[in-house]
Amino acid sequence: MASGPIAPSTAAAAETGAGPGSGGRRGRRGRPGAGRRGPSLRVREGRAGLVLVSPTVLIVLLVVVLPFLWTIIMSFQRLRLIDLQNVFDITLTLRNFETVLGSADLWVMVRTTLIYSIGGTVLSIGAGLATALALRQRFPGRMIIRAFVLVPYVIPVVSAALVWRTLLNPQFGPVNVFGVDVLGWDQPIGFLSERFHRIELFGVGFDAPIALLSVIAFEAWKTFPLAFLFILARLQGLPRDLEEAARVDGASPLQRFRYIVAPQLSGVIALLVLLRFIWTFQNFNDVYLLTRGAAGTEVVAVQVYQYLVARNDVGGAAALGLLMSVVLIIAFAVYYRYGVLKQESEL
Amino acid sequence: MASRERVETRVLGVARVLWLTVVLIACVLPLLYMLLLSVRPLQAVLQDPLGVPSPSELNLEAYRKVIASPEDGGYGLLSFFGNSLIVALGSVVATVLLSVLGAYAATRLRFPGKNVINISFFACYMFPGIVMAIPLFVLFSRLGLRGELPALIVIYLASTVPVSVYMLRNYFRSIPRALEDAAMVDGCNRVQVIVRIVLPLAMPSIAATSLYVFMIAWNEYLFALLFLLESRDNWTVSLGLAQLDDISVSATVLMAGSVLLTLPVIALFFAAERLLVEGLTAGAEKG
Repeated sequence: MASGPIAPSTAAAAETGAGPGSGGRRGRRGRPGAGRRGPSLRVREGRAGLVLVSPTVLIVLLVVVLPFLWTIIMSFQRLRLIDLQNVFDITLTLRNFETVLGSADLWVMVRTTLIYSIGGTVLSIGAGLATALALRQRFPGRMIIRAFVLVPYVIPVVSAALVWRTLLNPQFGPVNVFGVDVLGWDQPIGFLSERFHRIELFGVGFDAPIALLSVIAFEAWKTFPLAFLFILARLQGLPRDLEEAARVDGASPLQRFRYIVAPQLSGVIALLVLLRFIWTFQNFNDVYLLTRGAAGTEVVAVQVYQYLVARNDVGGAAALGLLMSVVLIIAFAVYYRYGVLKQESEL
Repeated sequence: MASRERVETRVLGVARVLWLTVVLIACVLPLLYMLLLSVRPLQAVLQDPLGVPSPSELNLEAYRKVIASPEDGGYGLLSFFGNSLIVALGSVVATVLLSVLGAYAATRLRFPGKNVINISFFACYMFPGIVMAIPLFVLFSRLGLRGELPALIVIYLASTVPVSVYMLRNYFRSIPRALEDAAMVDGCNRVQVIVRIVLPLAMPSIAATSLYVFMIAWNEYLFALLFLLESRDNWTVSLGLAQLDDISVSATVLMAGSVLLTLPVIALFFAAERLLVEGLTAGAEKG
């Protein structure tokens, strides 16, 4: 043993926490009995680790990884919901991709999805950042405000969508009633049913994609609490002395934010941008519940659902879903490449 | 310079108060409106949408209607609460069980492939639900399990386990290792260490994780819609309520249903808000 490879025994010693030079270590080394005592602690630890983690890995493998691989296969199959026997038919075809990529409204959908996910991400994180900065200082009632700010994030999306639909209802929704009675709008606005609404501001008129803007606002409202929470946690971990020093040196509050606070928040904000973009890009619930994808709000997730359920076209749904995943994988890979994830999450 | 400091401080102070007011209104008002509408008669709402209701017109008719079974002229929401509870509690138990083991392994043990597993968890966490839904939809249809609640539990388990492992792992790290070593020296095996030492100490984070899983499962809509639509007896509350919106039910009834759907989640959230926030953001401070 003493002349054998040294690595396992040092690892085992480090594992049990025995210090160098202690009597115990010498005793263990002198014993040739690794074999007699069964596998080393390190090996047993490795086995225990694998055993404990295997149910989790198994479930993730079965429900996430294998289905994804299967999606890839299905996207090359002619598969309709009525004849699922074809699941094992391995005649591969590019028809699904032709259907999906050849559809007339493909680019409209891509544009809508991008506007939706970028707009939702920016608004959500912007609002989260502003709220976190506003709640940074301690004051009475701060924790209560924090709890209330989280409400949109925790309530069920179905309730949230229903109350927004009621609030924005053109007949009796308080927003429209207030707009017409108090703000003097000519007519109620169909926030969730009008593709474009003509807006006159300071003599300049333009057509606002009102339904799309409404679902973006909903998305930002529903998710900004998460951004708020993460940015606030980071803010509270920042050392105060740098800012204090800058204040003494005459830096104004905005300068202190720009040169001292903002750079230290860039990591958490970069991570949030990735997470929010990925989640908004694939979001189905919000748009489907608010507009069913009508009035210029048909995002890609809603269209995948339509392929699957309305057209019974499993292959088409899989092809579109696959293309959608590719975009997300690219976003993930870019982040991974530049090390943002490693540094932020220590995974 | 001193005046710039003063001007900015004052402007920012005003902006801060204004912004917080807007945020609070945006967060609380919709909920209040939901509650308010649910106790007013529809006629009164249509006549005076912005009006504050007089105490005399308040009634719980909308609640009666949304809860009562279809035979009694209602919309039968009450019968869906059992389904939601089964799905949510089932997901909590399964997820906590698996993620305690996984998180313990990820913090305490070194095993081959650990880093790969960590990264792939993170990737799964962000994987599009709608894409995952396609093959699972086909699979469960083939197996004849599509309309069954266990199918949903398995899916919620898989979609919450990555975050749960992450939340628990951050907490496990703060438990001193010496305690476990001492227990092992005293003759505990790995399972006994987890059950007797780690679990009692990690109770706060297990509570936070359970709460997180419960909320995800209770609130979930897409998979409930895809899988349960054709078996009405198994509908969850979220699905049942969303389906009501399709058959032009009056707004007051929809709001009463929304209150009932939201209430359990809000109650749990306010009971354990601090736990949940700490659990979710643990590790974010060091960033």
